[in-house]
Amino acid sequence: MSDSADIKNHLGKYWMIGAALLVFTGITVAANQLHLAVPLAITVALIIAITKGSMVAAVFMHLSHEKKWIYGALLLTVVFFIVLMSVPFLTVNDGIGTPIHVPAPAHTGGH
Amino acid sequence: MDNVTTHGSVAHGHAHEHAHHEELGFWRKYVFSIDHKVIGIQYAFTGLLFLLFGFTLMMIMRWQMAYPGRPIPLIGAWLGQDRAPMGIMLPEFYNQLGAMHGTIMVFLGVVPLAVGGFGNFVMPLQIGAPDMAFPKLNMVSYWVYFLGGVTMLASFFPHGGAAQSGWTSYPPLAVIAPGQTMWLVGMIFLITSSLLGSVNFITTIVQLRAKGLSWMRLPFFVWAQLVTAFLLLLAFPPLEAAGVLQLMDRVAGTSFFMPSGLVISGKPMLISGNGNPLLWQHLFWFLAHPEVYVLILPAFGIISEIIANNTRKPLWGYKTLVYSVVFLGFMSFIVWAHHMFMTGMGTTMSAFFQTTTMIISIPSVIVLTSLLLSLWGASIRFNPPMLFALAFLPMFAIGGLTGLPLGLAPSDIHLHDTYYVIGHFHYVVAPGTIFALFGGVYYWFPKATGKKMNEMLGYVHFWGSFICINLVFMPMFIQGLGGMNRRMYDGGAQYAHNAGLLKWNLVIGFAAWGLGLLQIPFIINFFGSLKWGKAVDKNPWEATTLEWSAPSPPGHGNFLTDPVVYRGPYEYSVPGAARDFSPQFEA
Amino acid sequence: MEIPYIVETRADTGLNNVKLGIWLFLASEVMLFGALFSTYIILRVGAPEWPRGELSVIFGAANTIILISSSVTMVMAWASLKMHAWGKHRFYLLVTVGLALFFLVNKFFEYAEHVGKHEIPSYNTFFAIYYTLTGLHGLHIVGGIVVMLYFLGPGAKLAKKNPDQFTNRIEATGLYWHFVDLVWIFLFPVLYLL
Repeated sequence: MSDSADIKNHLGKYWMIGAALLVFTGITVAANQLHLAVPLAITVALIIAITKGSMVAAVFMHLSHEKKWIYGALLLTVVFFIVLMSVPFLTVNDGIGTPIHVPAPAHTGGH
Repeated sequence: MDNVTTHGSVAHGHAHEHAHHEELGFWRKYVFSIDHKVIGIQYAFTGLLFLLFGFTLMMIMRWQMAYPGRPIPLIGAWLGQDRAPMGIMLPEFYNQLGAMHGTIMVFLGVVPLAVGGFGNFVMPLQIGAPDMAFPKLNMVSYWVYFLGGVTMLASFFPHGGAAQSGWTSYPPLAVIAPGQTMWLVGMIFLITSSLLGSVNFITTIVQLRAKGLSWMRLPFFVWAQLVTAFLLLLAFPPLEAAGVLQLMDRVAGTSFFMPSGLVISGKPMLISGNGNPLLWQHLFWFLAHPEVYVLILPAFGIISEIIANNTRKPLWGYKTLVYSVVFLGFMSFIVWAHHMFMTGMGTTMSAFFQTTTMIISIPSVIVLTSLLLSLWGASIRFNPPMLFALAFLPMFAIGGLTGLPLGLAPSDIHLHDTYYVIGHFHYVVAPGTIFALFGGVYYWFPKATGKKMNEMLGYVHFWGSFICINLVFMPMFIQGLGGMNRRMYDGGAQYAHNAGLLKWNLVIGFAAWGLGLLQIPFIINFFGSLKWGKAVDKNPWEATTLEWSAPSPPGHGNFLTDPVVYRGPYEYSVPGAARDFSPQFEA
Repeated sequence: MEIPYIVETRADTGLNNVKLGIWLFLASEVMLFGALFSTYIILRVGAPEWPRGELSVIFGAANTIILISSSVTMVMAWASLKMHAWGKHRFYLLVTVGLALFFLVNKFFEYAEHVGKHEIPSYNTFFAIYYTLTGLHGLHIVGGIVVMLYFLGPGAKLAKKNPDQFTNRIEATGLYWHFVDLVWIFLFPVLYLL
């Protein structure tokens, strides 16, 4: 991906992807107007966002053909990103006892 | 210092003559330098000063613990009315000293010295590079670190003093306690500096290795720095995010870490609530556990260099060491919640994290075993760097093994938050990492200055420190097992069950002050050797790695000719060779 | 001082220094925003109720369109440079800066509207995370603008001295800019729609 002739072939693709991203933005907004149930709405919106994100990464950031060191570094990042995303799960889902829903806040304070 | 250097870049495949005649002014040469060696020395020197400062804070605290409520001698009168009226320390000031001791030692002392100092100075030399990949960025890293340090120091002076919620800064306490805002700003500087540095380190190691320096020929020190840089790169951003969130909580009045229904001193907090205090702990330990390995891995690297050199033998199991350290780095990201067994985390999660914690102890033991086996059958040169390296092994072993009961949830319930924990992690970091760093100073001082440090003062420094530091930390296990809590303003005197343990506070106090005094020979040695030290040639230790092929001290651009690497890093006592070392840089 | 692989690529990695460097930096940025998204999830899951429709979808969608367009112009600025079309490069880079500024102006009005309604960060956790996420993202936009202005101004001198190195720098700037765009692509649905 270095020759100027090679680049010329890509120009059209960049505009196309730009247009596709705008279309997807439209779709997200339109989907939002349907007032889907929250879990479904989140799924739809995230799928569209992931699609858009991958398009930016693959084409604009040339990730579709990159060197192995970059893939390696990103793979590592993705793994730890997933670990990081498990933090909410760890915090919320597994606790000892039942959470205290405070009716009278007077007893919960520190000193 | 400014040698006429001849070097070429490997990329061109030819060495071309290139003389540096441009004289840089004082500021560009020594202050805002972009030379990795100057920056390394700046980092190391600043780091050593902060270590001394952080240790001084602890020596003051130790007085209060040994003699609760008695006026602090010598400096007590200077501390001011809002810190120590009549020389008697206030509890708030005690808390400030504790929080800042931890912060300064970890983020301003050990890491800058181990990574910024040794990494910057030694690593490019060991891989045969003319400098770091991004020299200006390197300078920026140092100065951002410096700003962070100044912010931390300055935080003592405003009304209310410095941060007082421990180096862990758990909310909600941290959000409501005074002093924390400057701590957070300082941390954001320090984290940014580390991030820039780690990008630079990884790029340098991946891109600038000399011709012939394949991955399995890298000195182990470079491997340790590479893994460390990845830890900093990927673990620090979550803490930066958490720092920003806590800053928002303090400055903008948000409730990221503030739960609903919070009542402070009988008054309900006027906040929107719905925050989650545990979130901070997760984000904090997501960094801070890898941070433990940031502290220890460069030490492993330094120790390996010194041991190989002074046993005159190849390191035992070089590849095993490399794989262990990579695995160690990876695993360090999934053990963080073993710091949180006491937070109400469920049993499934506890089981998961205690399992990963037990797994991560395996590569640590492998590293230690490899280094221990490297001693077998060697005729060891007992010079000061080697003594520090040898002491590191049992000290780190004690630190590591005492960590196991803390990594298991059932025993942690008993030991959590006691002096046992303090003893454990100080054995890892103080007689562990800091001893390794001292060893590194003695070992690379000739390369950095062209002078050797005095051995006699080195022996005094080593043996004195070794005895004192064990007298400081060994009694903490006794106190901790006896149930004495940490962070006690009166040294634990208010609890009856500590009655039999208080005498150890005196022992620890005197040992700590002794340890302080015994750093004087080191300081004298450090500055004295600059002037009166024995001048040395390129390779005073008869070592094999690339840094010893450059002049001492190396000039701008490091090497006189393009370094080419012909063999592995630790080819000592090769059968049939004329000498007992076969350097990487000799065909 | 001759640091190798500033321009040309190293044979065994196939990379030059700046390319690897910027990707490593972006990796750390992924973790930074990852932690904030993680915070968002945790606050939302833990909240008794989570406000929806607080933000103006029009503003958000407009800013999405602006940022996506700026990503296209950014990649064109780089591609023009590759094809040695200097004038086009300047034009596209300038447009990118213009769009970025447009984004910030929009953001300013959006903030002003909420602040006018006393919907400040301490109002509730939703606005807290909204201001933090978009504020940090906005700082990244500001950073990008500074860098692009540098390459439009004093930094452009390098293009005469070492055109390849300049192209690499623009590529790195572009990678950063696309990343900022990418973050917004996730911020938009997460904050404005869901």
